[in-house]
Amino acid sequence: MFIDAIGCEPLQLRRVHLENSRSLDVYRQNGGYEAIKKVLDSMSPDDVINDVKKSALRGRGGAGFPTGMKWSFVPKDSPKPKYVVCNADESEPGTFKDRYLMERDPHMLIEGMLIAAYALGAKTNYIYTRGEYKYLIDIMGVALEEARAAGLLGERILGTDFSCEIYTHTGAGAYICGEETALLSSLEGMRGHPRMKPPFPAISGLYASPTVVNNVETLTAVPDIIKMGGEAYQKLGTEKSGGTKLWSVSGHVNRPGVYELPMGYDDMEKFIMEDCGGITNSRQLKAVIPGGSSVYIMRADQIIGKDVRMDYEGLVAGGSMVGSGGFIVMDETVDIFESTKNLTEFYKHESCGWCTPCREGTDWLVKIFKRIEKGGGRPEDAQLLLDLCDNIEGKSFCPLGDAAAWPIQSAVKRFPEDFEKHLIGD
Amino acid sequence: MSQQLINIQPLSQPVQMPDEIATFPAEVEAEIDRHLAKYPVTRSAILPLMFIVQRERGYLDPPGVSYLAKRLNLRITDIWEVATFYSMIHMQPIGKYHIQVCKTLSCKLLGADKITSYCAEKLGIKVGETTADGRFSLSEVECLGSCGTAPMFQINFDYHENLTTEKVDEILDSLD
Repeated sequence: MFIDAIGCEPLQLRRVHLENSRSLDVYRQNGGYEAIKKVLDSMSPDDVINDVKKSALRGRGGAGFPTGMKWSFVPKDSPKPKYVVCNADESEPGTFKDRYLMERDPHMLIEGMLIAAYALGAKTNYIYTRGEYKYLIDIMGVALEEARAAGLLGERILGTDFSCEIYTHTGAGAYICGEETALLSSLEGMRGHPRMKPPFPAISGLYASPTVVNNVETLTAVPDIIKMGGEAYQKLGTEKSGGTKLWSVSGHVNRPGVYELPMGYDDMEKFIMEDCGGITNSRQLKAVIPGGSSVYIMRADQIIGKDVRMDYEGLVAGGSMVGSGGFIVMDETVDIFESTKNLTEFYKHESCGWCTPCREGTDWLVKIFKRIEKGGGRPEDAQLLLDLCDNIEGKSFCPLGDAAAWPIQSAVKRFPEDFEKHLIGD
Repeated sequence: MSQQLINIQPLSQPVQMPDEIATFPAEVEAEIDRHLAKYPVTRSAILPLMFIVQRERGYLDPPGVSYLAKRLNLRITDIWEVATFYSMIHMQPIGKYHIQVCKTLSCKLLGADKITSYCAEKLGIKVGETTADGRFSLSEVECLGSCGTAPMFQINFDYHENLTTEKVDEILDSLD
């Protein structure tokens, strides 16, 4: 496992290699809690939101929605309490960046949440962490106590009128709770079912109050945006994709790990073949899923020699999406039928059962994959899989249905040979 | 103990209710109070409290369910409804050491199947089973966020990464 910045000075990863990087002392000795001080000394909530807007920071959980705009949807005049909820449910296959941010630099998340809470007028805030990451909940708990003892959390923070609480909360094993409305249902003590939007959480979220749900990596970007200014942060990346981004890299690469790259890094091929050390056992690259499992799979010939730019627009042009930034790299020995079956089983297991297209659709997809695997494949099955995906995509209650359909649609279309060899039958 | 302690609304089907309600030592009750204090709505504490009951009683057993219903002022079915949704909440006894091998793509690419079959062979059980002495349960689970250090398993809450069969031996043999 490697943790490195490439093509830029490390920003979010600046402190991760320091000894005791998770302690308050080390955080403060390395620029920590200067941003919240600047905010409390000299900025209004609107100043903060404007800076975040100028930064072109986009949600790092997967959807890529502009963060400043999300914050600005929260009604200022609402008499209800407001909430900032950190989405630390990191469950997207191939994604493990938030884990290292929380493990190595928990105070950066606390500071980001404090700034968000100040900007939105939130007094009570939660970090919703997946249940399996219990050790991170413990680390965050220690960091929160350190912050409280230092007057950085609780009543009258740093001697000002600003008071704010942050609590940890645990999930209990459900991918769907990474979807923001399902997360809120879960945080209210319900099954993790998604809710109809609108109303969006900014209007009616946790306990029917205005709520902003942001990913860990999104919130940890905020202190640097405040310190350097939104425009300077944006310039680290591109016009529409500001700043730097963490990419989790796994699979058949020599240097798997978490890498911080400037948005707009100009060559995906160089990233995989050089920065990540190339393919293991000197094999050939066959496929990459670049945004966590829920995005289109890319063929090697869509990457090699194609100068795919690594930002929101660049990856769409290249034939996929940024998603959560989880690269799953596959070498020439991988059967894309099998890898797609593996992911389809994931979506079937994680479908929450709330809506019919997703619940029934993912179940039927797995049944078809299993029949084909047992030798019962028929030539028309490739089209059958695509037809089923058409009946899920855009027709499910939340994006989990799309997430189940996209890997299959792209795999069947881009790797027809891997499916055809299973469809001849016995 | 009387069932009237629990606020149960009429249900369409009669439900077998345990007479026993779990009790916990004062320090556990204090821990539960600390969780309840975090939320304006007590029901929000349901998952943290379920983990505490599991830790104290081995799994979420019927007296534990009754305890939660009483403590959170919910119906028994409310507790069941939530418990059955989440894969980490166990309503059946489970081994002292729960080995959860990640089976999702990145781990699969790097040999998760081999780790699973090695554990199964070593323990003499299949996936989904518990050893006769109640020490080990073996499960395959979906992505645990350890893709860069694959293959991996989690034993109870502990991550074990970059696994090889030798490392599996070392880890399992070191458990008491």
